[in-house]
Amino acid sequence: MSQKLLASGNEAMAMAALDCGVHLGVGYPGTPSSEILETFSEIGGCAQWAPNEKCALEVGIGVAFANGRSLVTMKHVGLNVAADPFFTIAYSGTPGGLVVVSADDPGMASSQNEQDNRRYAIAAGVPMLEPADSQECYDFLIRAFEISEKFRRPVLFRVTTRICHSKCVLARRSKSDLRATHFDKDPQSNVMIPAFARIAHRKLRTALHELEGLNEKGEFTKTIRKSNDLGVITSGISFQHVRDAAPDASILKIGMTYPLPLKTARHFAESVKRCVVVEEGDPVLEDALKAAGIKVEGKAEMFRFGELNVKRVSKLLADDLTPETPPAPGKPPQLCVGCPHRKAYEVLRDMNCIVSGDIGCYTLGVLPPLSAVDTCVCMGASITVGLGMRKVLPEIQARRIVSVIGDSTFMHTGINGIVEMVYNRPATGHVVLILDNSTTAMTGLQEHPGTGRFLDHTSCPTPVSIENTVRGIGVDNVDVIDAVLDTDKFTELLKQRLASNDTSVIICRRPCILAAVKIKSYEENK
Amino acid sequence: MERVTNITVSGLGGQGVLKVTDILAEVLFRTGFDVKKSEVHGMSQRGGSVSSEVRFGSDVASPMVPEGESDFLVVLDPTQIEVNLHKLKRGGVLIITDDVPTAKLKSPKMLNIMMLGALSAKFPNIGEELWLTVLKDLLPEKFYEMNVEMFRLGRQQ
Repeated sequence: MSQKLLASGNEAMAMAALDCGVHLGVGYPGTPSSEILETFSEIGGCAQWAPNEKCALEVGIGVAFANGRSLVTMKHVGLNVAADPFFTIAYSGTPGGLVVVSADDPGMASSQNEQDNRRYAIAAGVPMLEPADSQECYDFLIRAFEISEKFRRPVLFRVTTRICHSKCVLARRSKSDLRATHFDKDPQSNVMIPAFARIAHRKLRTALHELEGLNEKGEFTKTIRKSNDLGVITSGISFQHVRDAAPDASILKIGMTYPLPLKTARHFAESVKRCVVVEEGDPVLEDALKAAGIKVEGKAEMFRFGELNVKRVSKLLADDLTPETPPAPGKPPQLCVGCPHRKAYEVLRDMNCIVSGDIGCYTLGVLPPLSAVDTCVCMGASITVGLGMRKVLPEIQARRIVSVIGDSTFMHTGINGIVEMVYNRPATGHVVLILDNSTTAMTGLQEHPGTGRFLDHTSCPTPVSIENTVRGIGVDNVDVIDAVLDTDKFTELLKQRLASNDTSVIICRRPCILAAVKIKSYEENK
Repeated sequence: MERVTNITVSGLGGQGVLKVTDILAEVLFRTGFDVKKSEVHGMSQRGGSVSSEVRFGSDVASPMVPEGESDFLVVLDPTQIEVNLHKLKRGGVLIITDDVPTAKLKSPKMLNIMMLGALSAKFPNIGEELWLTVLKDLLPEKFYEMNVEMFRLGRQQ
């Protein structure tokens, strides 16, 4: 008896993980992926935040080496951080099921780029599933674990913002128990020294051929037979838009998009007069089908940018290249009234600092009236990019450079930057401002190793101290200050540090105003 | 495919836009419709523009309301009317804060529920009881009575 409910894609993945016996869910928060592990924990699963995605994937690999099932979640750019273990675990595989969720953000609702992570599946040789709604998030995730174990391969579970955050009707099945874990010694499979990796690479390619065979059987494809004039090959959320935009078209919807069911696609393309590939982002399906000599049309360059929707798919299919009107500009997000970051930025702006920024709420300091952020690349880059600029700029400019990073981002990949600062110190020294608001605010107030609480907000007895960490690495000056209460003192301190040739870290500590109330309630419930 | 009905709710971060569509989608789901709901999270807590969309019918494909095809557009903040008006279908129904007795609001945080009340009146086939049950299931219990009062004020308008 299945139970029906309304669920987002993220909730559906969490339920699937619980129902198929996932031992551990691990990830780093990032829109649109964050709610997967939060929900998994709320409904009874075991979940934890790692300091970054590389650590998360490696912990997940350990679980799967122990014959457990692990679900590793991250946003698209997180897979860049986790790419190192990802490419090698593709070779060795694991005896337990290992599924990596990559939540892509076409249109960049809350991201710094719109990279298409389907490329990772191809580059690493990792089978990939792309669900098109919450039901497929649920069904495919359970199958992903079975496939991962049967073929001894990690599976890339590629979702997008509209899959993660759209709610639709979901039928849930019964729950299975966690199986016992054990470790079997098997160095030839589990230790990637060159001699073993050469064998593993061959095994990987053989497994991919077998997976292509499985995919041709049609379990993950959906074919809608209608007109012979127009056929559409599609995947993921684009399938839903195509159904609305071209109700009379025949559709081949592919659920496992790597390795592709090329025979099925060829057969479909030959059965219609015109066959168009409709996909969001990069022409991944289009390129693969064309390379296989299958006669399909792709999309015009203009549709490579942003999300697709029903209207854009209609235009795409009609070869309508008239420029699109940009959506009406709404009110952009901004730092909350009362946000402690504001004060720090006002000081930086008034001192005419060159700010090497980072990823988080505080990136919003780039917008007027603060206009205080000068560069922002990726998680952790504030410190190292600032150091690079310090190394080559004339002294008068170098002395104005401040790296600004948040507490969660510091834990993520900021620590490495501090090591770089102490090791390769610029002649003018450097100043790093850590805006510690005691939470991962931007993605929805998640915990991190420094907050003193676990993913489920229960108390963590061994929080990682930012000040002890940077002192231990060897930073010359470490200060902790509340820039809101002691603005003058903070301004004076910053001036002093910038004038010296020391390496300095100033931690501006004051909780996020949105988190403060929640933090209080967690502490009362201790 | 039978016709799908489209509803868009717009406002600013912190106004409870997503809660309105959560309740609405749940009511329509329990009524027996196929329902899809879509929005973009992430930056919404930062006071920026927020829109959430609900589509229902016998079979809903895309979770996103096609531009200019909202049968109903509910706008929770007067500054957000103009930027969202293009979403409304010709002949569609616009519900704004002037349409509800905002002077009777117990708290500005409950405007979303009052506006939901006004929207609920546009679906005469769905009885008040179901709306109240879902309000009970999806909102904090301690504010239930007050939310019901706000919902009814909006619904009676």
